[in-house]
Amino acid sequence: MNGKLIVDCCDSAYAALIRHTDEIAELDQQIGDGDHIYNLIRGLEALRAMRAQIEAAELGQALQLAAAKVLSTVGGSSGPLLASLLMGMSRTAPRECTAADVAKMYAAGVEAMQHRGKTGKGSKTMMDVLIPVAERFHELVDRESGVDEILCELPKEAERGMLSTREMLALKGRASFLGERSQGHIDPGARSSQVIITALCAQLAESRERGRCHEEIS
Amino acid sequence: MKKFLNVVEDFLGESLAGFAAAHGDLVVLHTDPLFIRRRNLRPGKVALISGGGSGHEPLHTGFIGHGMLDAACPGQVFTSPTPDQMVAAAEAVDTGGGVLFVVKNYSGDVMNFEMAAEISGRKNAAVLVNDDVAVDDSSFTTGRRGVAGTVIVEKVIGSLAESGGDLEACKIFGDRVTKRTASMGVALTSCTVPQAGRPTLNLGEDELEMGVGIHGEAGRRRSRMMPADSIAAELLDAILVNLKPRKGSDVLLLVNGLGGTPLAELYVLCNAAHHRLSGNGLQVQRTLVGNFTTSLEMAGASLTVCLLDEEILRHWDSPVNTPALRWRI
Repeated sequence: MNGKLIVDCCDSAYAALIRHTDEIAELDQQIGDGDHIYNLIRGLEALRAMRAQIEAAELGQALQLAAAKVLSTVGGSSGPLLASLLMGMSRTAPRECTAADVAKMYAAGVEAMQHRGKTGKGSKTMMDVLIPVAERFHELVDRESGVDEILCELPKEAERGMLSTREMLALKGRASFLGERSQGHIDPGARSSQVIITALCAQLAESRERGRCHEEIS
Repeated sequence: MKKFLNVVEDFLGESLAGFAAAHGDLVVLHTDPLFIRRRNLRPGKVALISGGGSGHEPLHTGFIGHGMLDAACPGQVFTSPTPDQMVAAAEAVDTGGGVLFVVKNYSGDVMNFEMAAEISGRKNAAVLVNDDVAVDDSSFTTGRRGVAGTVIVEKVIGSLAESGGDLEACKIFGDRVTKRTASMGVALTSCTVPQAGRPTLNLGEDELEMGVGIHGEAGRRRSRMMPADSIAAELLDAILVNLKPRKGSDVLLLVNGLGGTPLAELYVLCNAAHHRLSGNGLQVQRTLVGNFTTSLEMAGASLTVCLLDEEILRHWDSPVNTPALRWRI
């Protein structure tokens, strides 16, 4: 694992968000103000513009570079939250990446994010996707599940989390100003997080598949 | 969507460049990171820095100058600015008195300013403005929004800082004025974020949104259009329930346009508000009418009431020289 991986992740997250732009913008207009998806896209565009720099870096440093860029380009709530996630991950970035290492790194990122946003599960935010995914990740690692199984299971957990926000009452962020009227709408941040996690898992699964084909050929 | 723009990505940059060109005697525009600062700084004075998403002009850039802000950090339209902007602004305008951040209570603004305060090595404090009574104030939630009352807070702490108040005094005063200030708004039409290209609120021809936020967020309730007197009454009743003023109290009234409402209509609301306030036994000592905290092209208005005392009134009346607020200079 290295900076190249981060660049690939940015590319696949970007492609997935572009595919879902209108849908997420609409979710956001229902209970927020509609800027969330554009902020994420602006951040990812900035990251892709510095791909050479990130690619050349070690994993931890690459995550740190990405965090600083996200912090200075995204703005809104997503900026500090995602930057905290990346910073938390960079602090625990391992040299060699076993599934257990990655689970630990991701959990550290989610914890840093939780600390910044002062929010756990149940407030109708992206944490309703990110925390259950971290918990499920740990569980799968503890059960010594294979990487393929993990990459198949995490998107399912992300989807459950995303859907769970529909009936929640928003307690944080701009949707909280709506009170009961926030119920019945999926949280746009939960949806964008789920879209990104699903895209990253698919990309990792695909690159493993390519690696296997490559091995067979050679 | 019909707006004066060239390329949507250039909207903010071109708007700020125009602003700087118009008010070059008072302000200086810095790019990368983006902030606007007062042209002439006073050594040793507490530096007042505010900021927030763009689209609320003249808030905050229009209030940079003598008697109000030292710098403002504009974010993208309706999106909080980022910590690097705030840190750079603090570097540029802190002349030894420390930095007071004035922050409207939105999760994004709060977190970005928090990170700036952590990153900046400078002595700093923050005043969190949460004057919008349309939404509940609860410690379990984000709490109340910061809206047009911010103008009053920025004006009076700006005056205190100008007259030599130190960082702690300015922070305490800002918190006190915030507690004595309450607002509520109403939308007659939606606004359209340039990047989104379509209206945020889906308001019918004969509908209004009572308690709307300054980003077109839904408010307390959707209603059929009502007479101006009834609208003013509903807004003020919500405000007064919150402020609980004693009979005979002196108040400051701000009738704020949200961007698309003509002044003539704002004065109709102002007239209604004056009658309602004096009917409640309150003395309207000062009134300000105009577009000060807008929501792009939204038609609508907000009313803000601030409970005055001798100190607040003195700092409200003191000289101010900014692009959007100017008197007694």
